[in-house]
Amino acid sequence: MKKQLALVIDLNVCVGCHACATSCKEWNDGGAAGPLSDQNAYGKDPSGTFFNRVQTFEAGEFPATDTVHFPKSCLHCEDPPCVPVCPTGASYKRAEDGIVLVDYDKCIGCKYCAWACPYGARELDESQKVMKKCTLCVDRIYDDKLPEAERKPACVMACPTSARLFGDIHDPESEAARAIRERGGYALMPEWETKPANHYLPRRKTVPPA
Amino acid sequence: MKPAWSVVLFTTLAGAGQGLFLALFAADLLAKPARGFLFVGCAVALALLGAGLLASFFHLGKPLRAWRAVAMWRTSWLSREVIVLPATMVLVLLYSVFTALAMERAALAAGALAVVACILLFVCTGMIYACLKFLQEWASPLTLLNFAALGCASGVLLAAILAAALQPDLAHDYASAALLAGLLAYVARLFSLLRNRTLRPKSTLQSATGIRAGKLRQIAQGAMGGTFNTREFFHGRPEALVRAVRWTFLGLVFPLPAAILVAGAASASALLAAFALQFVGLLAERWYFFAEARHPQNLYYQAIA
Repeated sequence: MKKQLALVIDLNVCVGCHACATSCKEWNDGGAAGPLSDQNAYGKDPSGTFFNRVQTFEAGEFPATDTVHFPKSCLHCEDPPCVPVCPTGASYKRAEDGIVLVDYDKCIGCKYCAWACPYGARELDESQKVMKKCTLCVDRIYDDKLPEAERKPACVMACPTSARLFGDIHDPESEAARAIRERGGYALMPEWETKPANHYLPRRKTVPPA
Repeated sequence: MKPAWSVVLFTTLAGAGQGLFLALFAADLLAKPARGFLFVGCAVALALLGAGLLASFFHLGKPLRAWRAVAMWRTSWLSREVIVLPATMVLVLLYSVFTALAMERAALAAGALAVVACILLFVCTGMIYACLKFLQEWASPLTLLNFAALGCASGVLLAAILAAALQPDLAHDYASAALLAGLLAYVARLFSLLRNRTLRPKSTLQSATGIRAGKLRQIAQGAMGGTFNTREFFHGRPEALVRAVRWTFLGLVFPLPAAILVAGAASASALLAAFALQFVGLLAERWYFFAEARHPQNLYYQAIA
C-alpha cells in the first residue's frame, strides 16, 4: 500500500501547553512555507495565520468533568474534499506520501478549498492572500542535513509529553499505525467519509494499582 | 457562512443576464421580434454577465492569477464555471452580431449554443454550492433549481421592460411569462426553505472531537482575537436580522412585484418598479442563502476563552 504520512495525537497525555502551536509557527514562519503573517500582533485583537491550534473542551457534568486539550490541524485526508474543488490545481495531495499541500504560487485566494473542508483546517493568509495549511513540515522531514531523529514535524519535536506521533499509517509496523491499532485511534467527523489520515487517541481512565 | 457581496452580486447579476438571454432567444424563435430589440437585449445581457464577472474578481485574493482557474475543469465546478461564463458571453455576442447582420442561420446556431451555455452556467454555479455535501443547506438539487429559476424570473422581467420600450407587442406576453416564472421560482424557493428547516446537522461536537461525553462544551479555541475561521464561516449578525432578511426576500422576490405588475397593468413604470424591487429581493435571497448555511467547522469555534 502507498505511504500515508500522518500525525497521531494522544488526547490522554496532551496537557494543552501550546508548544506544538508555537513551534509550528516558529518553523513555518520562515523557510519553504513562510511567512505566516500576523495582523495586529501586539494590539487589542491579535490575529494571525496558524497551521495548528490547541483547543480545550470540558467533558461531562460538574464536578465529574474532564478537561480535554485538543490540538487541531490539517488531517491530510486520504479522500480530501479540499483538493478536487480547487480550480487552479494549487491544492494537491502528494502521491508519494499522502501529504496535502498548497502551491502558494498557483493559489488565487478564492477560499473555495476552505469552504470545502469540514474541519476548518485551512486559513487564508491575510497579507499574502493565499491559502495556508499544515505541510507536515515537508521541508524538515526529508532534510538530509538534519540528524535522522529530527526529521519530524516541528510540533512532534516540541511536544513535552510525546502526545504527537508521526509516521506512515499504512505501514502496520510504524509507531503511528500501532498506536491507532492498539489504543483505539479514531478519525474526526467520520460521517463525511473524508478518511482523515491524522488520528486521535482517546482519554483512558487511569486505574490506580491495587 | 458569511455572505460575500462579490458572490451575491455575481450570482444575481449573471443569473439575470442568463435569464434575459433565454427570454430573448425564446421570443426570437416564437415571435420573430425586431432585430434591434434582440440586439439591445443581448447588449444588456452581456452587460449583466460582464458586471457579474467583474464582481467575481473581488472575491479573489489574487485576481491577477484568475486565468489559472481554468485548469482543473475535470474535478472543480468552480473551474468549469470560469470556462463556461466567458464562453456564454462570446456565444451571446456572436448571436447578437449575427442577428444584427440578419445572418439567420448563423444566429440560430449561435443562439442555440448560447442557450446550452446559459443552462450549463446555471448548473456550474449551482453545483459549486450543491457539491459540498457537509453544507447540508446547500447539498440539494433545489440549490440548482433556485439559482436557475430565480435567474430566469428576473431575466424575463427585464425582457418585459426592454420590450415595453422597444417591442411593445411583446411586453404583455413577457410580463405574463415573468409572473409565471416568478411564481415557479418562488414556490421552488419555499420548498428549499422548508427542506432546510427540517435539517438535522449530521456533525456534532462529539463527532467533531471524538470525545465520548454526553455533555461537552468548548472552553478555548486556541486564539483570542479572531481567526480566518471565525471571520469566514460566521455571518456575525443577530438572528433577528437574518429573519428580517428572509421576510424581505419572501416579500420582494415575487408577491410585491406581482402585485405591482397586476395593479399597473404591465405598464413600463410598473415593470421597472417590479424589476427593481425584485432585484433587491434577489440580493436579500442570495445573502440569506449564504447566511443560512451552517458550516461544520463552526463546531470548533464556539467559545473564545
